[in-house]
Amino acid sequence: MQRRQFLQQTAAASALIGLGGIGLSSFKPATKKITILHTNDVHSHIDAFGPDDGRNPNQGGVARRASLIANIRKENPNTLLLDAGDIFQGTPYFNYYGGELEFKLMSMLKYDVATIGNHDFDNGIDGLYAQLPHAEFDFVSANYDFSNTIMDTHVKPYRILNRDGIKIGIFGLGIQLEGLVEQRMYKETKYLDPTETAQEMTRILKQDEQCDLIICLSHLGYNYRNRPEKISDLKLAETTKDIDLIIGGHTHTFLKKPTVVKNSEGKNMLVNQVGCYGINLGKIDFYFDSDNNKAANGTSIIV
Amino acid sequence: MNYKHLCFFFCLILLSSCKQEVHLNKIEGQQINISDSLEIDQTIEDFVKPYREHVNKNLDSVLAYAVDTYTKSDGDYNTAIGNMMADAVYEQSNPIFKNRTGEDIDFVLLNHGGIRAIISKGNVTTRTAYEVMPFDNSTVVVKLKGTQVKELIDYLVKAKRAHPISKLNIVLDSDGNFKSAGLNGQALDFDKTYNVATNDYLYNGGDRMDFFKTNDSLYILDYKVRNVLIDYFKKIDTLNPVIDNRFIQLKN
Repeated sequence: MQRRQFLQQTAAASALIGLGGIGLSSFKPATKKITILHTNDVHSHIDAFGPDDGRNPNQGGVARRASLIANIRKENPNTLLLDAGDIFQGTPYFNYYGGELEFKLMSMLKYDVATIGNHDFDNGIDGLYAQLPHAEFDFVSANYDFSNTIMDTHVKPYRILNRDGIKIGIFGLGIQLEGLVEQRMYKETKYLDPTETAQEMTRILKQDEQCDLIICLSHLGYNYRNRPEKISDLKLAETTKDIDLIIGGHTHTFLKKPTVVKNSEGKNMLVNQVGCYGINLGKIDFYFDSDNNKAANGTSIIV
Repeated sequence: MNYKHLCFFFCLILLSSCKQEVHLNKIEGQQINISDSLEIDQTIEDFVKPYREHVNKNLDSVLAYAVDTYTKSDGDYNTAIGNMMADAVYEQSNPIFKNRTGEDIDFVLLNHGGIRAIISKGNVTTRTAYEVMPFDNSTVVVKLKGTQVKELIDYLVKAKRAHPISKLNIVLDSDGNFKSAGLNGQALDFDKTYNVATNDYLYNGGDRMDFFKTNDSLYILDYKVRNVLIDYFKKIDTLNPVIDNRFIQLKN
């Protein structure tokens, strides 16, 4: 029975090939794997913590993260590396070099996309702008309107990346700056509602751009238990649709494993955050199947 | 529907049927700890090295010498380390403020909790300044009306903590109640306006110092408290602050 079904499909596929003149290889029922690696709130922690550190002895360090990422890339070239903001501030490296070293190292590690955290304004919006030439990766933020600032056109609401024929849409969301960062630092940056912005982004990325995978890079914070009205990653996940993964930051939340959340359509998706200071690297593998029948079974999530 | 429409429609069908449908089948998530069992990437290590050496050399450069070890727990209402910090803010900030406004700073108020480390006997380095003041707070001068200065004094009297002050004098009676407050030997005039230097954390209501919010003017000096300390350490050769009588309680 199964064999007959397979043959039928093959026949249909062949017919299409004849019509469209597309090579046979693109219809091979192969599984495609996209690996998403991510960090958040690294806060200028370039060196590993020393052996005498009271909390995180011998943890972190960019040189170790680099070898780990290189090995994962060797295993799967279709890997993206993302950061959810607060790259700046936390060690004298930032005070001495203003973020230059952070951006240069992230470029060497071949980060693809990052979003902007509140501490990335710590040297003012001009201080952030000044370091942009050192960043060979893109910044996304959909709910910071930079149009009246020096950052205008240097930050995109979203980026679309293609890996192995899989279209991946990545958009950014930032936290409300008022009350958190002095206005003279962020200047005329306008904060837009994250939920509304996310709905707009998913409409563009899913319906217009037909992305296969949608990722939100968020610096909103994982969850605010004592302030249920405050927007957070968990809240955003529940009230939106079509987002496959929210990579979060800001709250320095260490999770044992990524959180599975039901979105507004009742579909399961993931929210993840990996603490802070480069102590952990998040790794999410997405497996795509070109077999139409598999879709009916939904997506299985293993965390 | 004319020919063009039909052609477009046909092309659309053709395109959509040829776009290979992919379906998200499985997601696997995990977290990998960056531990010392991981190999060190030598390219990255070599790249960071000169930056690290420069930072460390700079942090460990000797700026002054401390004749003793100073902590914020030595002293009741004022401490040697707190006095040093508040005096440094006055000395370093007043010339900038005067240059801009033609006026002098009347007094300084910082917070006891803002002293984040001790100063050990021996060499005082840039690292010392980073340890004592790891935060990036900046000095500000606030023009306060007498009524707010009264609130400020009430706050200090009630707090009974060695919040660092400079130029200001407060005396409590033996029961711990307010007795007098003055500047340069003269009693404070609560009908006057005063220029009070502090940091932006306290100005923004840190440590519940709400009196700063009702002010006539705010002057942002763009001078980090840490840099105040570094510049002050560079200027003086020997660090020898003392507990004095700027904030005291009278004995019976």
